[in-house]
Amino acid sequence: MSLNRRDIENIARLARLALTEQEIPLYVEGLSRIMGLVGELDRADTSQVEPMAHPLPGQRQRLRADAVTETDHHQLYQQNAPQVEAALYLVPRVIE
Amino acid sequence: MSELHEKGVTELAAALRARQVSSVELTRALLERVTRHQSELNAFISISAEGALLEAAQADVRRSRSDAGPLTGVPIAHKDIFCTRGEKTTCGSRMLANFVAPYDATVVERLRAAGIVMLGKTNMDEFAMGSSNETSFFGPVKNPWDRARVPGGSSGGSAAAVAARLVPAATATDTGGSIRQPAALCGVTGLKPTYGRVSRYGLIAFASSLDQAGLITRSAADAALLLGAMAGFDERDSTSVELPVPDYGAALEQPLKGLKIGVLKEFFDTGLDPAIEQHIRAALDLLRSQGALIKDVSLPNLPLSVPTYYVVAPAECSSNLARFDGVRYGYRCYKPRDLLDLYQRSRGEGFGAEVKRRIMTGTYVLSAGYYDAFYLKAQRVRQLISNDFERAFHEVDVVIGPTTPTTAFELGAKTADPVTMYLNDIYTIGANLAGLPAISLPCGLAQGLPTAMQIIGPHFGEERLLNVAHRYQLETDWHRRAPPGFA
Repeated sequence: MSLNRRDIENIARLARLALTEQEIPLYVEGLSRIMGLVGELDRADTSQVEPMAHPLPGQRQRLRADAVTETDHHQLYQQNAPQVEAALYLVPRVIE
Repeated sequence: MSELHEKGVTELAAALRARQVSSVELTRALLERVTRHQSELNAFISISAEGALLEAAQADVRRSRSDAGPLTGVPIAHKDIFCTRGEKTTCGSRMLANFVAPYDATVVERLRAAGIVMLGKTNMDEFAMGSSNETSFFGPVKNPWDRARVPGGSSGGSAAAVAARLVPAATATDTGGSIRQPAALCGVTGLKPTYGRVSRYGLIAFASSLDQAGLITRSAADAALLLGAMAGFDERDSTSVELPVPDYGAALEQPLKGLKIGVLKEFFDTGLDPAIEQHIRAALDLLRSQGALIKDVSLPNLPLSVPTYYVVAPAECSSNLARFDGVRYGYRCYKPRDLLDLYQRSRGEGFGAEVKRRIMTGTYVLSAGYYDAFYLKAQRVRQLISNDFERAFHEVDVVIGPTTPTTAFELGAKTADPVTMYLNDIYTIGANLAGLPAISLPCGLAQGLPTAMQIIGPHFGEERLLNVAHRYQLETDWHRRAPPGFA
């Protein structure tokens, strides 16, 4: 299966990845090869089987009680933020 | 007494207990060794000299107060994918090059509570995506057996550090072979536990239906000792299983008489290095001489593991890595024009080539119109593979095959084509897809490079795997061989 330049540009836009001009042909080639590999799955007859939902048979995703368990750590967490002001995360202006 | 660096976890724990050495002396000796070999191997992303000596001093105080546990004062390293409070946790990425974790991963917390000393954080493929440690933002790790060759990946730093006798053991993670494959290429023991056995809280996520934390050690006995301290239920990880943790050391010596071993037919069919096959056949003969019964088993869908994985893993990666947006933490691009530019350039510049390739593959297979054809199809094949294993475990107790198709390859040999690199994990991915425990252990040398065999067991069958591996290691000395220059 082969992907073209437009496919890659479209995927990169969906994935919010800025690609350089030099990167695009590498991903055209790389993803085409990967999707060629994935094409081998067509060999398997899966008409009688459900998609696997969990690696452990019979396990269900556990849910916790809907209760407050965390305290406020914003000062600690915001030490890793690129830009903060008055305890708020700063981003470029969104609404003019 | 052999040199301190030559000892594994079990021996060091005994030396500490007998007060032949203090944790501070031991930690200082290993830190010196870690630092001395750093420029040559690049096995570490950060070395925690100050913190390690402080923890060692605390361990010695605990010992002097007779408050020490079996692991108190033993130094190890953590893969840099585990969050460590107050210290950098980079995941091998520019995206997190300056990230200081605000909390400890459960694995780190439990080992810390057991008195383990952390010497530093080991190098790895970026976000654990790679099979050669060449995708790390901090440069590749070199294989201690031959510095022109890769150590494997993604836990390449952990494997190289244990092989080079810089540390007795290191934590690692395995999504498609990232513990077992580097362990195989570096000649050390690598254990991937059952999905859900070890908490993943604080472990930076790659593919959540596959990721599992485990260990790289010098022996199965060492892995048993550490796994007992790491494993167990954690309410902070919703995939963590509520099952008691057995005493993994207790079953190690159990005789192998009557053990039913399946030889994975599909793993010997094509592409396997004849030297590796020969060593595994010899290992099977040894196990047979111990009373094990050997028979061939066939898992017809197993050859589809790699294509299945390269749909499921990228799909989950594209979703997990959506959190890196340049806003709350991580890399931010210079002077973004607007919000979209901020997202796109921060991600485009912060992630390396392989991570972007996987995010895009995942985005593609999940996109409208392709989801059924790729993602659901792969999850159906995954079920077939899982069913194959289940059928096999009705007939046999464990299955054995190779861990890798070849010994360690040269740096740069497989970077041009992603599919060539992906096929390295052809024997390891099956256990991840089915959530099974598996262990890789050295079983020979071919042209001076380690060869390895893999033992896969049923869900929560770690005790049996460790038992078989330990009995093998009692009869052989491959796991004791150090790379030339590192003895």
